[in-house]
Amino acid sequence: MGIRFILMVNKQGQTRLAQYYEWLTLEERRALEGEIVRKCLARNDQQCSFVEHRNYKIVYRRYASLFFMVGVDDDENELAILEFIHLLVETMDKHFGNVCELDIMFHLEKAHFMLEEMVMNGCIVETSKANILSPIQLMDKAH
Amino acid sequence: MNPFSSGTRLRDMIRSIRACKTAAEERGVVRKECAEIRASINENDPHDRHRNLAKLMFIHMLGYPTHFGQMECLKLIASPGFPEKRIGYLGLMLLLDERQEVLMLVTNSLKQDLNHTNQYVVGLALCALGNICSAEMARDLAPEVERLIQFRDPNIRKKAALCSTRIVRKVPDLAENFINAASSLLKEKHHGVLITGVQLCYELCKINDEALEFFRKKCTEGLIKTLKDITNSAYQPEYDVAGITDPFLHIRLLKLLRVLGQGDADASDLMTDILAQVATRTESNKNAGNAVLYECVETIMAIEDTSSLRVLAINILGRFLSNRDNNIRYVALNMLMKAIAFDDQAVQRHRVTILECVKDPDASIRKRALELVSLLVNANNVKQLTKDLIDYLEISDEDFKEDLSEKICSIVDKFSPEKIWYIDQMLKVLSEAGKFVKDDVWHTLIVVISNASELHGYTVRALYKAVLTYSEQETLVRVAIWCIGEYGDLLVNNVGMLGIEDPVTVTECDAVDVIEDAITRHNSDMTTKAMALVALLKLSSRFPSISERIKDIIVKQKGSLLLEMQQRAIEFNSILDRHINIRSSLVERMPVPDEAASRARRSGSLPASDSTMSKPSVSIPNGVTAAPLVDLLDLDSDDILAPPTSSGVDFLQDLLGVDLGSSPAQSGATPPPKAGTDLLLDILSIGTPSPAQNSASSIDLLSTADTLSSPAPSSIATTAPSGMFDLLDGLSPSPSKQATNGPAYPPIVAYESSSLKIEFSFSKMPGNPQTTNVQATFINLSPNTFTDFIFQAAVPKFLQLHLDPASGNILSASGKVTQNLRVTNSQHGKKSLVMRMKIGYRVNGKDVLEEGQINNFPRGL
Repeated sequence: MGIRFILMVNKQGQTRLAQYYEWLTLEERRALEGEIVRKCLARNDQQCSFVEHRNYKIVYRRYASLFFMVGVDDDENELAILEFIHLLVETMDKHFGNVCELDIMFHLEKAHFMLEEMVMNGCIVETSKANILSPIQLMDKAH
Repeated sequence: MNPFSSGTRLRDMIRSIRACKTAAEERGVVRKECAEIRASINENDPHDRHRNLAKLMFIHMLGYPTHFGQMECLKLIASPGFPEKRIGYLGLMLLLDERQEVLMLVTNSLKQDLNHTNQYVVGLALCALGNICSAEMARDLAPEVERLIQFRDPNIRKKAALCSTRIVRKVPDLAENFINAASSLLKEKHHGVLITGVQLCYELCKINDEALEFFRKKCTEGLIKTLKDITNSAYQPEYDVAGITDPFLHIRLLKLLRVLGQGDADASDLMTDILAQVATRTESNKNAGNAVLYECVETIMAIEDTSSLRVLAINILGRFLSNRDNNIRYVALNMLMKAIAFDDQAVQRHRVTILECVKDPDASIRKRALELVSLLVNANNVKQLTKDLIDYLEISDEDFKEDLSEKICSIVDKFSPEKIWYIDQMLKVLSEAGKFVKDDVWHTLIVVISNASELHGYTVRALYKAVLTYSEQETLVRVAIWCIGEYGDLLVNNVGMLGIEDPVTVTECDAVDVIEDAITRHNSDMTTKAMALVALLKLSSRFPSISERIKDIIVKQKGSLLLEMQQRAIEFNSILDRHINIRSSLVERMPVPDEAASRARRSGSLPASDSTMSKPSVSIPNGVTAAPLVDLLDLDSDDILAPPTSSGVDFLQDLLGVDLGSSPAQSGATPPPKAGTDLLLDILSIGTPSPAQNSASSIDLLSTADTLSSPAPSSIATTAPSGMFDLLDGLSPSPSKQATNGPAYPPIVAYESSSLKIEFSFSKMPGNPQTTNVQATFINLSPNTFTDFIFQAAVPKFLQLHLDPASGNILSASGKVTQNLRVTNSQHGKKSLVMRMKIGYRVNGKDVLEEGQINNFPRGL
């Protein structure tokens, strides 16, 4: 199924956005996020962007104070996921203008709408930033 | 009014959460907010709904329960306005899952929205359905989705396509309905529609063979052309990533081609050209290009043999492996594992580089490299590779030693060319990482050592030297003390010197020093100490000249805080004191365990306890057969069988080598046939009144202590006082039991504390060997009266337990209560009984709770 969850976590390890494409209970989610954050935040810049954890492979990338972490199946193309994270960040940049943690916190629903346009059921839906953002811009205009 | 930006209250909440310094503070804020949201939900004001839900999503993201907001999602979805629907659907996807009943309520709203005139509403519904739909919803709504795949707007088509992937995954029967629609999507130009269409085809191929055949026949050429067009397309700013047009689409197409080519030579043939083109012409200096190359290599390796392409693929992997970027090296290691399957030689060429990766500072790379190395090992390179890995073990991080030593052990175990090499390597691993290896590793090593009789001297000397340097490596110490105990004489006399050895002078005192060190060191664990004690007993016979010193060490352990050690020390001391004449036969070398059986047992092909039971008995000089002696160290890892050191009765039986299986009935009828048994009776008879009764009681032990096929004559069984074990264990005799036709079992003291003693006596129903009736007797040892006495017990899954009511719930001072238990053992003959229990009572107005585990059930129940 490809992507199993997407997390955005700040340097302190606080979750800023979490989107799961499979059902986990609240306790499982909390535990999983804690474990992953601990593992990823402990790594340095020279180390590779992939961490194996339980039966997930975590592909992560750091942008300033924000970590983007994507949990994928074992047979997913890790490099492509890395590229996808970059696309996600570029898309958010385009909308928010140099996106930061606060943009995501205070516009959580918008961040989710963007993700919704990009990923569905763990698969990539759209890779064109313009196409991703057009429904959101339309909504903004309506208000 | 904009529910999102103008919702100042949402902003306020986020601000106050951000301002929290501690987790407790945050919990407080969230609790307050949740209370307000609940209150607001109860007021049922539609204007607050979207804001409540937005807050709930934030709270949910922080990891707090939000189930009370689920119905609000449904209400918002059912409302007519787009903004409400929008946030309602988002809440639905985040807060609900397909297992919840509430979800069924949304099916109708979804159906209406899928048919909505506003295409954005349709998109919302498709997205929600695609993310969370259950099998039932999939069935109900499949026709709508099928229709929407042909919708005029591509943004709807792409969502409908992905929604279909979920539907066919939930309900594979529906796959056929989507085949045609999916194939039409492959002809589209819109990238979003293409990528989702390819995704849908991929999914269909995976679950439906007809679909696979269909796409293979009808679509392979079209897909190749699409891939070609994209690869060669002119610069498209919207999709360009580092000079490559839509790498995501590239990758999806390559994935689908892989499924189509796998197992079909014709289809594979068709795609050769384009794969070669992608492999050679993709830029590899940026991540996006490498992602495409990576996928292309994977496809080349999966499709039917086109050897020239594979050379290309292997070369790309070689380039990846030497790349400076760790991400690229990681995927290269990953891919090489797959490449081994068809071109071992090519991968072997990179061995040196791969070994370097094992030493990488990055844990992810190390882990991958180690897996790969273990696949690379073969009979020719095992020595070199093992040497490299062991060299690295010496300097590797502590936290990597466990993984590394485990892999080395499995490599050594699998490819060892000769025993001496095996032993050498294992000693090195134990010296470096003895703290980290698992029990079965050193168990196996002991089995191998005892099977290599010509190496006993060499091994014990090597171990002696190693343990002097690496005394903190627990498992090394264990193996060393076991070997010194067994082969101590070879150590001091330099027996069986090999040419490669440096001669060492070890005195008897030196050897005992090592063991004394192990037994007195504060951080030795129980197993090590128990093994050291047994080794001392053995050495007392091997080194007669210093047996007094050894005895002193054993005597000291009488004061051990570990009950087990205390008890053993007393017993061993009694052997040393009063039974010198049998000591040497008691501490004979261990019979050689069956190497093949131990191997098989480890690999799980043979149930652990089986091999113990059915092992052919080996005769040892003291006249009793010795199969259960193997249990002295209990080299098997089955944890249901209590380890010998923690179960006194078994341990003793095993130590004395009582023949538990051979001919009990016969020995009951005639005087004990062998001298060894006489000696045995002698030990066992300490302090009993009459010889006649002694022999009867030990016969009882012999005839009952293990699973027997032939029942003992009942006359003997009934007259035998079963105080046997009590004599040695220093326990008072238990009440005599009524033996039935079946084999009788000695009663046990299941539990004893300062205030309470529990005894179990056993009987079997004739013709039902699986079921044991247990009569539990609870004896109050304190001067106070217990009231509200209750006994509870729990057993593992393979057992069934039935408890009858107890004879009373009041235990006066030194009073008794009995209770009958019925235990049915579904693994009868394979596993012994074990039980956990909890006892509660009131004494002097206070509740007392005692707990314990009973491991000392007689075997064979």
